[in-house]
Amino acid sequence: MSLTGLLSQLLEIVIAIALAPLMTGWVNQWRAWLQNRSAPSLLQPYRLLHKLFNKESVIADNASQLFRAAPYVVFGCMTLACAIIPTLSTDLPLAPAADAVALVGLFALARVFISLAAMDIGTAFGTMGARREMLIGFLAEPALLMVLFSASLISKSTSLTTIVETLAHREFVIYPGLALAGVAFTMVSLAENARVPVDNPTTHLELTMIHEALILEYSGRHLALLEWAASLKLFAYSCIGLALFFPWGVAEAHAPLAMLLALPALVFKLAVGGCLLAVLETISAKMRIFRVPEFLATAFLLAVIGLLVHLLLAH
Amino acid sequence: MGHTPPITQWLHLDWVLLLMLGWLLVGLVGVLALRRLALVARVFFPAGGLLGLVLFGVALGAIVGSPEVAVLPIGLPGLPFHFRLDSLSAYFLMVIGGASAGISAFAAGYFRQGEGTPPGLMCLEYHVFLASMVGVILADDAYSFMVMWETMALSSFFLVTANHRIPEVRSAGYLYITMARVGAIAILLCFGVLQANTGDYTFANMRAQTLSPFWASTGFLLAVFGFGAKAGVLPLHVWLPEAHPAAPSPVSALMSGVMLNTAIYGVLRVSCDLLHLRLWWWGGLLLAIGLATALFGVVFASVQSDMKRLLAYSSIENMGLLFVGMGLTLIFSAYDMKPMAALSLTATLYHVASHACFKSLLFLGTGSVLHATSERNLGKLGGLIRSMPWVGWLTLLGVLASAGLPPLGGFVSEWLLLQSFLFAPGLPQPLLTMLIPVVAALIALVAALAGYTMVKFFGVIFLGQPREDKLAHAHDAGHWERAGMVWLALGCVALGLLPSQFIQLIDPVTQRLVGAGLGAKVGASGWLLAPNSLEQASYGPVIFLLGILGSFALAFLLVRSLYHGRLRRGPAWACGFPWGTARMQDTAEGFGQPIRQIFEPFFVMRRELPTPFDLRPRYRVVVEDHFWRWLYVPITELAAYLARLASLMQQGRISVYLLYSFLTLVATLLAVMR
Repeated sequence: MSLTGLLSQLLEIVIAIALAPLMTGWVNQWRAWLQNRSAPSLLQPYRLLHKLFNKESVIADNASQLFRAAPYVVFGCMTLACAIIPTLSTDLPLAPAADAVALVGLFALARVFISLAAMDIGTAFGTMGARREMLIGFLAEPALLMVLFSASLISKSTSLTTIVETLAHREFVIYPGLALAGVAFTMVSLAENARVPVDNPTTHLELTMIHEALILEYSGRHLALLEWAASLKLFAYSCIGLALFFPWGVAEAHAPLAMLLALPALVFKLAVGGCLLAVLETISAKMRIFRVPEFLATAFLLAVIGLLVHLLLAH
Repeated sequence: MGHTPPITQWLHLDWVLLLMLGWLLVGLVGVLALRRLALVARVFFPAGGLLGLVLFGVALGAIVGSPEVAVLPIGLPGLPFHFRLDSLSAYFLMVIGGASAGISAFAAGYFRQGEGTPPGLMCLEYHVFLASMVGVILADDAYSFMVMWETMALSSFFLVTANHRIPEVRSAGYLYITMARVGAIAILLCFGVLQANTGDYTFANMRAQTLSPFWASTGFLLAVFGFGAKAGVLPLHVWLPEAHPAAPSPVSALMSGVMLNTAIYGVLRVSCDLLHLRLWWWGGLLLAIGLATALFGVVFASVQSDMKRLLAYSSIENMGLLFVGMGLTLIFSAYDMKPMAALSLTATLYHVASHACFKSLLFLGTGSVLHATSERNLGKLGGLIRSMPWVGWLTLLGVLASAGLPPLGGFVSEWLLLQSFLFAPGLPQPLLTMLIPVVAALIALVAALAGYTMVKFFGVIFLGQPREDKLAHAHDAGHWERAGMVWLALGCVALGLLPSQFIQLIDPVTQRLVGAGLGAKVGASGWLLAPNSLEQASYGPVIFLLGILGSFALAFLLVRSLYHGRLRRGPAWACGFPWGTARMQDTAEGFGQPIRQIFEPFFVMRRELPTPFDLRPRYRVVVEDHFWRWLYVPITELAAYLARLASLMQQGRISVYLLYSFLTLVATLLAVMR
């Protein structure tokens, strides 16, 4: 474990935790602009977090320890996810701890914990939210895995750092399989991050909410951690997308100076990605909950077709 | 135990046989203390558990050793029992010993007075069941194998029907024994094929035979059918969801977590050891069966509303995954890709151990819940984590392992299985290369659905508000029950955190069966699990866990130090709706509803919807599978029809029977005269 590796690892975690709310603010700002509203400040998410952390936490009388632990577990999972995805550098000491498959498992762990916590109080909304979250999860998880498999087949590895290194070093050819995987990935990340065609992050309408129903009973610091974790999840998914489809500009092990360039590159890529997300959210309408399985099944099939196309062309 | 070299030197096999004898002895002593519950429960079951623990240790040592054989002159004259202990059998013995130690400890606190079979008899059946499983694994000739196999089926039949006064339990027992009989016939025929007309039924002879592809395939298919009936693969799965709920919980745990593995052992023994031929379509067949079984099992598990039925379907799913793993192994070894075959075989064997741990743990958890609440219906449970914290938190570990979540045991085997799929494109057969990623996609779907099912299982039983008033006073498990569950939960955690060490343990088994092992590579990478190289794929569960716990602790400390730790309890918010009751939570049916809608073609559904004018409105939905209607009902109808035809001959008048004798005599004479 080299010193530069350690430094880049720490830098990556700090930047992920610090930048994630900014990215949420950026997307919200663009969404407001596109929808002809006056936009909140870019720093609004930080203010929200600060406010929530200052407030006392009110939890239900019958909440168990699981309910209190879940926000920390989810936050921990998302931090670890951001630590192993190569966003700035591929020289990450923590990266061998989890490959693409384990990364999907990590997201699943967070999802199971937040769903169980939502069921803990025993309100109608909590269980409904848990059921819907798990419904989205079981359809999105295999699709995400297939997207990652497509990239793994190209680089003959499931290790994220190897994938990024291989993809960044290829000549500029468009893999049709990867293109299909890209579409599938976009659909999956919209669903997983509770964005518009599947869920609306700003709604509190009882019958349509999914993510908000899960965290309905949380307040104060617990809610702050969950909001932060949601930002981190959006950040992590954006970074997976960038790593798979736009891997250029990530520093490698033998070039520590490239880190200086990697940060502006990352910010630029995330900013463009955030704009695109806002555009996608503005031009699409939220669908009924029972259209969601069709939407995600399409993503799953696209990912599998992408995998098959890649195999066919490879032969 | 006659071994020619120095008689003082005890082999592993001798110890195992001694332990087997010990179990039989415990059972026999149990009968003498037929109705003395305290003695049976507090002395005999713990003693049985201790023997299990010793078996675990002995088998652990025997995995690396060379094969040991013994011939015991018991049974029929001229037909001695052959026993053999090699690394494969040692591995399965280790699983049996480890899991049964926990289950026996639990059973010590579980059995109560006045539940069907008297405790002493239960003790006999239970320990004979354990001993016969050891016998199945050790047997080295068809004769002793069948004797042990049948003893296992019979003793477990009596255990299933412990509460035989309930008609459902009796019919479940008969269904189970019928399926066991059908399977046993196929296994017997399989051995008949494998001995290739030599008349020598020892496994050593079978190993020496070289069969033509046709006969080898026949033997293989018979083995898949026979052992598949025990494992509960499609379409022979019907007995599992009936027998598991009927049996007392420790017995369900033993059957699901341990006995099903003997079927996996049987398939591996026949296909990788006794047969030498490797045809790729054998693997393809196992893959297809396994995949259908896994998908079917998990989809059905997610719509169940009886907690033990749910777990039984989940066992079907896991057996499906094991068959997929064996299928991959056979495909890879058919093309002589030894490292890949070793990888998928390791995944299979790993899953055997982790399934034994988490499924036994979950069944024991349902046992405690059942005792505390006398309720199996998920719709009447809820909120038990507050009144039964021990059972709740231990079951949570089993649930996470069963859902295949890192960093617990279930995830490692899933990870290894997906790794072996990912490197399948090296196969020379283009069709397989195309199909295998699709299979991987479905495996991912099965794993994700397992997560859904397990959230439902845990959430509805242990979380939320109690759906009945009596649940608030449910008592937690006693010391013995806790000890058993803790032991199995430790197994889940250890399998999750120490994969490299455990894979090195499996190494001799894969070396023997497919000629390659992962041990050396995995050993080189230390705490990280990297079956090929670090660049290709790696997973470090310990770092993984430390990462999550580290950020957990850091977040906790930072929040406390920078802000505050104030907390207030109040009524639940629920969007400001204060009249919420426990009946407004999702029931098990409600939680399964999306699955019923998405996978509608899988089910035969009968719904009873209330009309608006019902004074006592009632909603009922019955979910059944198509196999009953399309396969089992026709078979039973055919059998009944044939029986009716046969009964036409049965007139009940002596003159008619004399006529039959006369005609038979004439026919025989004609045949002889020819």
